[in-house]
Amino acid sequence: MNNIITLPILIPLLTGIFLIFFRSIPLQKWISAIALIVTTGVSAYIIHLISTHGILTLQLGGWEAPYGITLVADMFAALLVLTTAMVSLCCLYYAFGTVGKNRERFYFFSFFLFLVAGVNGSFFTGDIFNLFVCFELMLISSYVLLSLGGERIQLRETIKYLLINIISSMIFVLAIAYLYGITGTLNMADLSVKVAEIGQDGLLTTVSLLFLVVFGLKAALFLYFWLPGSYSAPPPAVAALFGALLTKVGIYAIFRTFTLIFYHQPEVTHTLMMWMAALTMILGTIGAVAHWDVKKIIVYNVIVAVGLIIFGLSVFSSVSLIGSLYYFVHDMIIKALLFLLAGAVIIIARTHKLHEISGLIRHHPYLGWLFFIAALSLAGIPPFGGFIGKVFITQGGLENGDYIVAGIGLFTSLLVLYSVMKIFLNGFWGETILSKKEEGKVKNVLLPCSILAALTILLGLGAEWTYVYFEQAVEGLMNPNFYIQAVLHD
Amino acid sequence: METLMTITAGILLSIGTYLILTKSLLRIVLGTSIFTHGVHIMLLSMAGLKTGAVPLLGEDAAAYTDPIPQALMLTSIVISFALTAFFLVLSYRTYKTFGTDDMDQLRGSKYE
Repeated sequence: MNNIITLPILIPLLTGIFLIFFRSIPLQKWISAIALIVTTGVSAYIIHLISTHGILTLQLGGWEAPYGITLVADMFAALLVLTTAMVSLCCLYYAFGTVGKNRERFYFFSFFLFLVAGVNGSFFTGDIFNLFVCFELMLISSYVLLSLGGERIQLRETIKYLLINIISSMIFVLAIAYLYGITGTLNMADLSVKVAEIGQDGLLTTVSLLFLVVFGLKAALFLYFWLPGSYSAPPPAVAALFGALLTKVGIYAIFRTFTLIFYHQPEVTHTLMMWMAALTMILGTIGAVAHWDVKKIIVYNVIVAVGLIIFGLSVFSSVSLIGSLYYFVHDMIIKALLFLLAGAVIIIARTHKLHEISGLIRHHPYLGWLFFIAALSLAGIPPFGGFIGKVFITQGGLENGDYIVAGIGLFTSLLVLYSVMKIFLNGFWGETILSKKEEGKVKNVLLPCSILAALTILLGLGAEWTYVYFEQAVEGLMNPNFYIQAVLHD
Repeated sequence: METLMTITAGILLSIGTYLILTKSLLRIVLGTSIFTHGVHIMLLSMAGLKTGAVPLLGEDAAAYTDPIPQALMLTSIVISFALTAFFLVLSYRTYKTFGTDDMDQLRGSKYE
């Protein structure tokens, strides 16, 4: 029965390979959409299984842990996999109408599915070297998606993105090598046991900081300098996928390593993380407020959210972790929504300079109000999804006595609201300067955006109903023993 | 032996870093390649090097070397091979499009 947890990885991976043999683009579209719908269904069923049976594990090839590779589906990972499936389905549908023949002909959908497979694999793997391999699967697909189309800006930004990721991946391997040299194991549950046995001394803490640097680079936690350039280069459907998924995998890896393996020295690691998070929030907000470019404003908002989620982790109490998790899921949905809406605005107005866009709401009222909902939800106005996360994170921070960073979190939320309202006020309100004929044509845009907007409202209004699942996920994060028991004593 | 290997890895890493920090695209590609080699040698020597023993030949083997770092290194080599190939093609395409391989001129302007 536990074999089901391979499906969210295998379905996109095999479908992606399968698509290479079919050159018919309508067929590729249908098959990839069906694959992601099935993945969504399977992920929902996995969540149901975990809520009734506890953590699911699978020892691949029958090699018992800690010798073989283990797949572990706990509630935390399963929630993220479900969100990934839903968000990528919306991005895929948006891509149908916007990505263009030129990219579709060169296996866009295959690489799209490979990326989803890599992301799901990173969430479910229980082996730290396998995490590296899944990261690479995801990153290689992202390089191709970023450069596919071959526009000047895309080529230029892909080089920088590729270089920074090769270096961080190599530091990742180096950190794994040190960790293996000290503990002699790669299985995350076994690592947790070994690190607890020998005690997290200075050497292990240093290795853990190396991991923090690596995942910080991937997640854009303080080390975000590469992000604004590369995320504003690809077409909107791809940018939405990147903004919603790629940095989040980095955050997931930080969560996993610092709640399961390196949780013995919070006064060093978690304090450092807290100040990195505070700086990320401040610097990201400055970028979002300063820019008058639709793409750049949204891109900097990705960075602010990373800071807030990691702040919730660094406080490390059940309340703040529940907040972090709510905000994590909410942020995957809302970042995809914002990128898709901003992409639609750019296609319609034929420019991404905010000064040259005005009065879009006359011809596109529904799009305008969707953007308004997204902006409110992003800033954490009730009853939308962002509210619950921010409440719990702030509550956790205040209970723990971290008044300054909690204050920074609240203050940056206000400025984030200003930065997206800037797009709404300048772009949608004001005098309509484009006639219907002068506008760029968009199709297939409203349905995926509506679904994502509905999801963020549901996450807010249905908090009572989803709370059980999030509570179970946080229980698992606070007690590493559940994870270890599930993997090593099955 | 381990000390010698560690120093070798350190030298490779510093050469790689130096090349990555230069302006020419081709040197940067080579730099990432050498950087990767340094990391692999480090990975291999982390589990300890035993001279004169093969990884593992059965349960009654008298001496053996830990096979896991070698398996890891193999995986990592394959991945970095694919990445280097992709990086080279991307650099060539960029060179054809921009007519330059100078990273200073690939900075990008403020107004696009």
